[in-house]
Amino acid sequence: MTLSTATARATEKTAAEEAGFENRAFGFWLYLMSDAVIFALLFATYMVMVGNTAGGPDGKALFSLTNAFAETMLLLCSSITFGFASLALVARQRAAVQIWLLVTFILGAGFIALEIREFTGLVAQGAGPDRSGFLSSFFSLVGTHGLHVSFGLIFLAVMLLQVTLRGLTPQAASRLYRLGLFWHFLDIVWIGIFSIVYLPGVL
Amino acid sequence: MVSKSAGAAPELRSYLTGFCLALLLTAIPFGLVAFELLPRTATLIAIFIAAIVQILVHLRYFLHLDFTETPRENLLAIAFAGLLIVIMIGGSLWIMFDLYARMAL
Repeated sequence: MTLSTATARATEKTAAEEAGFENRAFGFWLYLMSDAVIFALLFATYMVMVGNTAGGPDGKALFSLTNAFAETMLLLCSSITFGFASLALVARQRAAVQIWLLVTFILGAGFIALEIREFTGLVAQGAGPDRSGFLSSFFSLVGTHGLHVSFGLIFLAVMLLQVTLRGLTPQAASRLYRLGLFWHFLDIVWIGIFSIVYLPGVL
Repeated sequence: MVSKSAGAAPELRSYLTGFCLALLLTAIPFGLVAFELLPRTATLIAIFIAAIVQILVHLRYFLHLDFTETPRENLLAIAFAGLLIVIMIGGSLWIMFDLYARMAL
């Protein structure tokens, strides 16, 4: 039983409404798959460009393993706290949903803060996206992921507000389910980023 | 309990199992790189394997993908996306590095 069908039963939605939510979940799933294809192309571009430093700094000189590890932990922890919010949603515990969404938001915001600090640090030391093909592809790949996480944060904030003002309505449950897919998907993309960009870069 | 839009029911145990496995599969590659325990090629292979396994762990325990409960069309979509990704990444790398090798001649 899925989250959307579980909450559907709890709130006695009509069959038509439920079918609508199922369709949206499937449509969102298709969107995520197309997003995965975009990231795959950015990964391929990065792997082709990684050696093209144009005499500038390479990954070993620029990347911090500690920073990448902290970002990884923040995102992984935010994935599990979103999982707790999903469980609270199925159990119809509104306060728990709010708390876990807030914790997820704080962890995600911490991730973005670390990423912004890293990016501004790189630009400040003359290693911006205009320095070399390697850095262009690095900023495109990691920046696109960071933008996705930022939109996820906006989505989280909106849902937190919606649950606070209107409660765990069927609409909110359906949206939270899709937000969960999005959030867990972004963590999967991050596995690719630390495994392809940071770890081989530092090595 | 029949599923229509995604996978199995979310359970606390599933999330915690996934979290512990993900922690382990993150600690291994970071540890290998931080302490330089293996030669370079072996480390790269270990990073690659840990990443693939961790992606499967996330799909199974966080996104609740399941061959019996996830609807067929969702599995087809992800299988097709996986095929596209393999063709595009594999094809790009093949063509570009073949080109590099020819340019170097």
